[in-house]
Amino acid sequence: MLDRFESRLDGEFAEVDRARLLERLAAALPPHRLIATPESMRPYETDGLAAYRSLPAAVALPADADEAGAVLRACRELGVPVVARGAGTGLSGGALPFPGCVLLALGKLNRILEIDPLARTARVQPGVRNLAISEAAKPYGLFYAPDPSSQLACSIGGNVAENAGGVHCLKYGLTVHNIVKLEALTIEGERLTIGSDALDAPGFDLLALLTGSEGLLAVVTEITVRLLPIPADVKTLLVAFPDARCAAQAVADIIAAGVIPAGLEMMDALALRAAERFAHAGYPEDADAILICECDGHAGDAGAELERLADICRAAGASLIRLAKDEAERTRMWAGRKGAFPAMGRLAPDYYCIDGTIPRRRLPDVLEGIAELSRVHGLAVANVFHAGDGNLHPLILYDAQAPGQLERAETLGGAILELCVEVGGTITGEHGVGREKINQMCVQFSEAELTAFAAIKAAFDPAGLLNPGKAIPTLARCAEFGAMHVHHGETRFADLPRF
Amino acid sequence: MPTSLASEPRATGDIAAALSESIRRAAAERAALAITGGDTKAFYGRSTDGEPLSIAGHRGIVAYDPSELVVVARAGTPLAEVETALAANGQQLAFEPPRLGPASTLGGVVASGLSGPRRPFAGAVRDCVLGATILDGHGRQLRFGGQVFKNVAGFDLFRLMAGALGVLGVILEVSIRLAPAPRREAALALETPSADARRKLAELMRRPVPLSGAFHDGRQLHLRLSGGEAGVEAISRELGGESEDLAFWDAVRDLRHPALAGDGPLWRLSLPQSAPIPPVGEALAWDWAGALVWMRSDLAPEQIWRGAGAAGGHATLFRGASGGAEVFQPLAPAMLALHQRLKAALDPAGVLNPGRLYGAL
Repeated sequence: MLDRFESRLDGEFAEVDRARLLERLAAALPPHRLIATPESMRPYETDGLAAYRSLPAAVALPADADEAGAVLRACRELGVPVVARGAGTGLSGGALPFPGCVLLALGKLNRILEIDPLARTARVQPGVRNLAISEAAKPYGLFYAPDPSSQLACSIGGNVAENAGGVHCLKYGLTVHNIVKLEALTIEGERLTIGSDALDAPGFDLLALLTGSEGLLAVVTEITVRLLPIPADVKTLLVAFPDARCAAQAVADIIAAGVIPAGLEMMDALALRAAERFAHAGYPEDADAILICECDGHAGDAGAELERLADICRAAGASLIRLAKDEAERTRMWAGRKGAFPAMGRLAPDYYCIDGTIPRRRLPDVLEGIAELSRVHGLAVANVFHAGDGNLHPLILYDAQAPGQLERAETLGGAILELCVEVGGTITGEHGVGREKINQMCVQFSEAELTAFAAIKAAFDPAGLLNPGKAIPTLARCAEFGAMHVHHGETRFADLPRF
Repeated sequence: MPTSLASEPRATGDIAAALSESIRRAAAERAALAITGGDTKAFYGRSTDGEPLSIAGHRGIVAYDPSELVVVARAGTPLAEVETALAANGQQLAFEPPRLGPASTLGGVVASGLSGPRRPFAGAVRDCVLGATILDGHGRQLRFGGQVFKNVAGFDLFRLMAGALGVLGVILEVSIRLAPAPRREAALALETPSADARRKLAELMRRPVPLSGAFHDGRQLHLRLSGGEAGVEAISRELGGESEDLAFWDAVRDLRHPALAGDGPLWRLSLPQSAPIPPVGEALAWDWAGALVWMRSDLAPEQIWRGAGAAGGHATLFRGASGGAEVFQPLAPAMLALHQRLKAALDPAGVLNPGRLYGAL
C-alpha cells in the first residue's frame, strides 16, 4: 500500500532518537504547539485522501515564520524529514505524514496581513482559507479568482503547493497566474523572497517553479495574491444533451468559436442523476449529459456571449437550454455540481475521485475508454468534468468493506490516468501527484526527466528532507513499478538493476 | 483544417538530433555554446562568446487545433509564421511579444520572456507556456508540461524556461496557450499628465473594465480597450478623450514608439503599478498601466538598481550595455547561489549560454 513509506523505494533517512528530536523541537516551540502523543496526533494522520493514514514522530504548530524556521533548522540538523500541511483538504495525500517525520502544520499562520485595493493585492499567511480572502476583499469590490471546490476550508498555502485550480480557471487561470510574491523558508530555515510586487522579478522565474512544487522545495510562510474586480454581471445556462458525445462536441465548438466562458462544467448521466436527487438542482434526469455554462462581464456582453453559446449547443443537439432567471436559480444549478461528490454517497458507500486532464478533442474517446475500464474492473464510474479545460474527475464507486474493492478502485484509477497520458494528457490537472499518483509519474515522465526533477529538488534541498516520497518518484520506485509497464512500446528503465 | 495538422511531426525542420549531438560534444569539451534563433535580441542581456548554436533550422508548427486553444511549434519557427496561422483562426498570443524583426523565433520569444502591452491584463509569456521540450546541458531531450492548461504533474520547468535566456536548456519545442481575438477593440488618447494618469488608472482598474493597454508617452495617456461590444462602447464613452488608430499599439508592442528612439542606453524599470517612479533618471514613457517604465539615465547602474529596488521593483539595462557589465538587477548572495545550483542541476558543465543572464551563471 502506498500509505507505507518504503526506504528502499522512497529514500533512506538515518534513524533519529525520538527523545532527542522532541527535545530539539521543544526548544523551538512552546509546549502547547508541539504535539507528540498518538491520540493528539490522530487528527493529523491523513489529509483529504482518507484511505491513507500514518502518524508522524511529532506535529509542530509554529505561530510565525521564525518558529517555522527554527523547526526546519532542527530537522535539518538531525536529518529528519518534514511534511508541510495546510488545512489538510488535499486529495492526493501530499500532506500524509510518515513515521519518523515532523509534520509542520501551518494552520496557526492564519492572518490576512494587508489588503491593498489600489494595487489589487492581498498579503496573507499560508493558513488563511481560500474563501476568506475573497470575503475580505469583497468590500473593495475585489475577489481572489482560483476557487477549488474545497474553498471554504482549504488554505491558500496548500493552494500554492498544489497550484490549485477550480471551476473558473478556464477564464481566470490557476494559482500560478494569480499570485505575485512569496516569502518562503528553505530547509536550512533561511528566508527567500520569491517574485515581487512588480509584474516580474530578476533572474529565473522561481515563483512559477515553487507554485505546485508540493512542499518539496521550500515552505511558504507568506503569499501576496492578485485580486480581480468582481464582474459586473454573471449569467448561467443549463444545457442538457441526449448523448454525451454531443455535449463533448459542443464544448469543443464553444472554444473554437472564440468564447471563453468563466465556467464550463459537464456531468454524465450517473453523476447528474445522483446530484439531482441530492441537491434538487433542476437537472433533467433523462439526459445523457449536462453542461453548466457561465459567462460574466459587462451585462450586455455576458448576455450576448450566452446567446452565442446557446446557439452552438442547439446546433450540437441540445435537448434543453435553460437560463437561470435569478440568483436563486443560478445558485441551485451550481449546488448540483458542487454537491456532485457528496451525492455519490447515495450510490455507494465510498468513492474515489480521479483527476486527469486530456485534450478537449479526445473527450468522447476518453469517455468511452473510461466506460470500458469500468466494465472490465466491475466498478461504476460517474464523470464530472471541468470540461472547458479538459480536466476530468471520474468518481469510482466502491465499498471499502467489501474485500478487494479498494484495491480494484485503485487499479481502475491508475488505468484511467494512464489512458489520460496515452491521449496526450496528464495524470493530474489540479489535485497534485502527492503520494497517490507517485507511481503514475513513472508513466508520464522518462528516467532523464525524473532525474532532472531530482536535481532541481537537490538544488533547494540537498538532503531530500522536504516531503520525501511525494510528487517525484525515485528511479528505484519506477524500476519496480515500471517493470509492469510498457511505455511507448519500450521497456522502461532498462538500465537499472531490478529488485 | 487543424486536425489534419495535429500530432503529425514533419520530418523537415527537425534538427533535434544534431543539436543534441552539438551539446553533447560541447559538454564533453566544456566548450561554451551561444544559442541563437533569429538573432533579433542579441542586444538584450549580457553577451556570451561561445560557439554559436543556431536553432533556426528546427522549425515548423507541429500541432494546431483551434478548439484546443493551443499551438505546438518548434523553437525556430518564426514568430510571424505562428501569428499568421493563429490570425487565420481568430486567435492570438495573449502576451503580445515584441516583434523585433522578421527572423524573430518562437523559441527566442519564450527564452527572452518579453511580454507586450497586454501583459498586466492578459498575462506574461510564462503564464501561457503549457509545456516545453528542451535539451539540457548533457544534450538529453526532456519534455515538461504538455498541451493542456491544467497540469500539475512534476515541477513546472517549462515555465522556468521563460526569461531564462537559454541558460537552463535549449528550447526545442513549446506549446502555448492561445486567446481568442477580442470581438471589439478601441484605442483612445487622453491629455492626462503622468502622475495623474497613474492615479486614475489605479482607481479605474479596481472596476471590471476591459483594458488591454495603458501607455503614457510623457504627454498623453493612451488606452486600448478589448472585449465585447457593449463593455468597450460603455467605457469608451465614459473615458472620453480622442479616438486613435489601433496601429498606435503596434508601435508600443514592437518598441518602435518615438519616445524610446535613440542610440543611448535604455533602462527598463519594472515597478509596482502604484509606486511613484524612482528619481534615478528621465522617464521617457511608461507601459503596463504604470508598472513598466522606460528611462534614460546618466547615473551608475548600481544607483539605478538601488532606486528601483527601494521602490519594490527592479531595473534592467535593456539596450546599450557595454563590455561584460551586468545588465539585470543583481541578486542577493543566497539567491544567486540558488540560481547557480539550479543552473548546475540542468547544465553541470556550464555550456549553455554561460554569462548571458548573469556573469556568475
